[in-house]
Parts: sequence; structure tokens; C-alpha cells
Amino acid sequence: MPRLNSFRELEHLRERLREQRRSITTTVMVCGGPGCQASNCHAVVDAVRDELSSQGLDDSVRLCVTGCHGFCEQGPIIVIEPGNIFYCQVSPEDAFEIVYQTVMNGEVIERLLYEDPVSGKRFRTEAEIPFYKAQDQQLLSQNRMVDPCSIEDYIVAGGYSALPRVLNGIAPEDIVNEIKASGLRGRGGGGFPTGRKWAECLEAPGDEKYVICNADEGDPGAYMDRSVLEGNPHLVLEGMMIGAQAIGARKGYIYVRNEYPLAVKNSRIAVEQARELGLLGNNILGSSFSFDVDIARGGGAFVCGESTALMASIEGKVGEPRPKDVHTVVDGLYHQPTILNNVETWANVPSIILNGSSWFASRGTEGEQGNQDPGPNRSHQEHRPG
Amino acid sequence: MPSQTLDQILEGRRSQPNQLIEVLHDVQKNYGYIPREAIKSVSKELGVPLIEVYRVASFYKAFRLKPSGKHVLTMCEGTACHVRGAHLLLDHAIDQLGIKPGEVTPDGLFSIEQVNCLGTCALGPIVAENGSYHQRMTPAKLRKLIETLSRQKTEEAHYAQTQ
Repeated sequence: MPRLNSFRELEHLRERLREQRRSITTTVMVCGGPGCQASNCHAVVDAVRDELSSQGLDDSVRLCVTGCHGFCEQGPIIVIEPGNIFYCQVSPEDAFEIVYQTVMNGEVIERLLYEDPVSGKRFRTEAEIPFYKAQDQQLLSQNRMVDPCSIEDYIVAGGYSALPRVLNGIAPEDIVNEIKASGLRGRGGGGFPTGRKWAECLEAPGDEKYVICNADEGDPGAYMDRSVLEGNPHLVLEGMMIGAQAIGARKGYIYVRNEYPLAVKNSRIAVEQARELGLLGNNILGSSFSFDVDIARGGGAFVCGESTALMASIEGKVGEPRPKDVHTVVDGLYHQPTILNNVETWANVPSIILNGSSWFASRGTEGEQGNQDPGPNRSHQEHRPG
Repeated sequence: MPSQTLDQILEGRRSQPNQLIEVLHDVQKNYGYIPREAIKSVSKELGVPLIEVYRVASFYKAFRLKPSGKHVLTMCEGTACHVRGAHLLLDHAIDQLGIKPGEVTPDGLFSIEQVNCLGTCALGPIVAENGSYHQRMTPAKLRKLIETLSRQKTEEAHYAQTQ
């Protein structure tokens, strides 16, 4: 695809892609997260693709291999839109029935529906399933509709709409104030107010500044960062671009665990695609903003989730923490002012810019505004581990 | 067989000390471990002192300084897998193969690695064999997996002989 040189060209591209997709009547979404991969979802994807081809449905049905849906225990998972029909523990042998009965004739296959282990009741749609019903997914809901390896999918879903807003003459202070007003707090565990961190970095003296995304997630059983970075990497990139514009950074890093090969792969693809479209690089969308992102892989050291150890690791050194008498917002990567935020924090940024800080602040609870991503394993206490 | 030469790995990264970890990852992916000669070349080409390259290569758990077996069994020892009995799997692998984590069987077929979390906790305990995930493992399933992989080797040898 050719490079985009203005906001208008981005909007034209969005319109054109949406126009091209008018002919699509049905979308079959197969979860391609690591949980479903362990349950052999690739064989299911191949079988469904072959079946769609042999029925001549390539043009009207879109097969979308998505990021994690969260219900790993029940994988491989397929969701079919329209109808929000949810099939679980699907095997490649089911492909014919799924395509012939559900996709072509709109009939639901009872035996593939989720059965509640307590009541024995079967649920037709994803939204009805108790596991999902109680969730209000702000970030992960987009995972279903977006192929993480496709920047087109992200753009069609309204992605990269927040970026033009911040490039369009808003003062960096105003971006920071918007984040401050939203009440967004760090999602890595400490809960430090994100806006305050950005404000300190904006004020810190220095020509060279950096933004870093911390994807060195190590909490047992709660891999919301992995799910977001694997399932919707452009959302994280867009958040980082906004942060970079706010503090005046030209370079960003995503520090990701090497134990998450899919997150490494998908974020690399996303960076390449964004560079190709001119959303990363020099003079992004014809503005004076220049910014690029590199992926840095971890080396299996748990301590590297700590900010100073992480920064040492990006510099190619042994990941040992150092005293933080001067904060990393002033003296961070290569001793320059740096903002380090968690994957989920970055992913929340575009929607705050788009919908406004008061929208974000109205969600969540007092002192903990916004919506926290539950992560796939939230329901471990129940009988349905994700 | 290495698919990339060291030259290709270093392409565009020379004299950039910050690329050390990325380069070591690619060297290991290519050779299965980080050979002594590679450490020397990497040190020279990136401009990082030899002792610093060694320090980084030995600090990060992901790097191996000895060759691995043909089949690398990566045992997840993360909290979720641990409470579901990952230690039983590790004990079993140690018993059946007669090697400890980080070692290679004398026939060069197997090695055992431990990692903290593979991020697939709901399906634990997880054992990954050369990157492909095996879910809800039990010692019995692991025994079968190891037997199947050993048999493949015998069959391959037999096939080679009959050709």
C-alpha cells in the first residue's frame, strides 16, 4: 500500500476499505491465541478455509484469525457474525457442518454450543455465556473483530482516528491534561497516575526523549497484556504515538517477553505495516511529528519487569535495577527522560483521546477510573477457568 | 542446520551495543545455542567487551551456552503450572531421560529446559516440545510423548538404512 501523506488520505483509505468490504455478509472468527493454538486451532482454520473455498464463498465470507477471546479452557473457539454464534471445542472435522449449516443456512449446531457445567444449559451466543456476561470488555472486545496481522482491519474498525486529533495542532500540555483528567492509572500494578508521569517527563529537560511499552508481563495466570499485544498490536502502537507526541519523543520501544512468541511476531508485523503506511517514520501523515518503534525481546529474566532493569536490558546490558533517587521520567533510557507504561495503559490512551477524559472517568469506580481488563483467567475462582 | 550465517544476523546491527540481546537471540535460534566462536565475533562486531557479552549471555535464562538436544522439552514452572503439578512432570522427565535441566541426553536427542510462564495457564501444566504446546500434561502423557519422539528417531534411522 502507498504511504499516507495526510489525514485526508487516511480517511480515504478507511472509506475505500469499508466500501470493499460491503460484499461480506458473514464473518467467521477463529481464535488464534496460544491457548487455542495448544488445542490445535490451526488445523481448524485450515479446514474452515478449505471448506469455504470449495463452497465458493471466498468473497462473501471473511475468515478472521483473531487474538485471544479469553475463554482458553474451551478452545478452539469460533464466533460467527452476524448472530454472535459461539462454538467451542471445535475440531477440524466440524468444518463442513459449520460452513454448510451455520454459514450458508443460518442453522445453529447444538452440540458445538457451550454447555454450562452447573445448569447443563446450552448458550447460543457469546454474549449470553456467564463467563462473558459479567464482563464489560473495553479493550479486549476489539480482539474479536480484528485480525492482528492486518492494519486494514484496525483501520476499518476505526483505528488510527485518535492520532490525527493529537497531530492537528493540540498543544502537548493539553494532551497530558486530558490524560490527567481521565484518571488513567498505571496498569502494571503500581497504579501511578499516568498523566502525572507524562507531565513530569514533558517538563524534564532533554532533546532526546523515549517512550517504552512494558510487555514483560509475569503475573501468573493473568495475561491481559499478552492478549492485547497479540490480538490488537496497532492499538498499543497508536497509544504510544500519542504519548510520544505529548512528550516530544522520536523513538519508542516495546519490551516484550521472548516466552510470548506470538506477541513478538504480531507486534513486529504491526510495526512493519505502520512504517509502510507512513504511520511510523518521518513526518507522519504529513505533520512535523516523526516517530519510530523497535521491538526489544526479553531474555527470560523476571527482574526485567522493573523499570530500570528493563531499560538496562533494552540497552543490551544485564538487567539489574539501579537506585531510583532520580526517576526514570527524568533519567531513564540512555539517561534521557523516558515514559514507561504498561501495555494496557497504552491501549487505553486512544479511546481517551477519541471519547474524552470525562467518558473514561465515568467508567470504573471512584479513585480507579476506567475499566480494568479482566484477563482471560479472571474466573479461576469459579468452575470455568479461562 | 543453521539457516542464517553470523554475517546475516549481524547485518545492520554492527557497532550497535544495544543490539546485543537481539543478536544473541538470533544466534541461539540459528545454532540451537550460543557457540564460543559466536561470542567472540559478536563481541568484536558490536563493539562490546568479551566479558560483557559473556555476562549478558549467562545472566539471561533464555540463553544456552551448550548445544541442546534435537527435541527441547520446555517445562513451564510458572505458578499456575506449579500448583497443577508441574514438578511431577519435571521429576518424571529427569527420571525417564536421566538428565537434569540444561543437560542433553548422550544420544543428543533430548534436552530439558525450565521457563517461568508460557502464558497458557488455563491449560496447564504445559510442556512445549520445540515450541509446540502440549496442554494438561500428566506424567503418563509425558512418558508417551518422549517414547513417541524416541521411536521417530529409530524409524528414521531404519528408513535411512533401507534406502
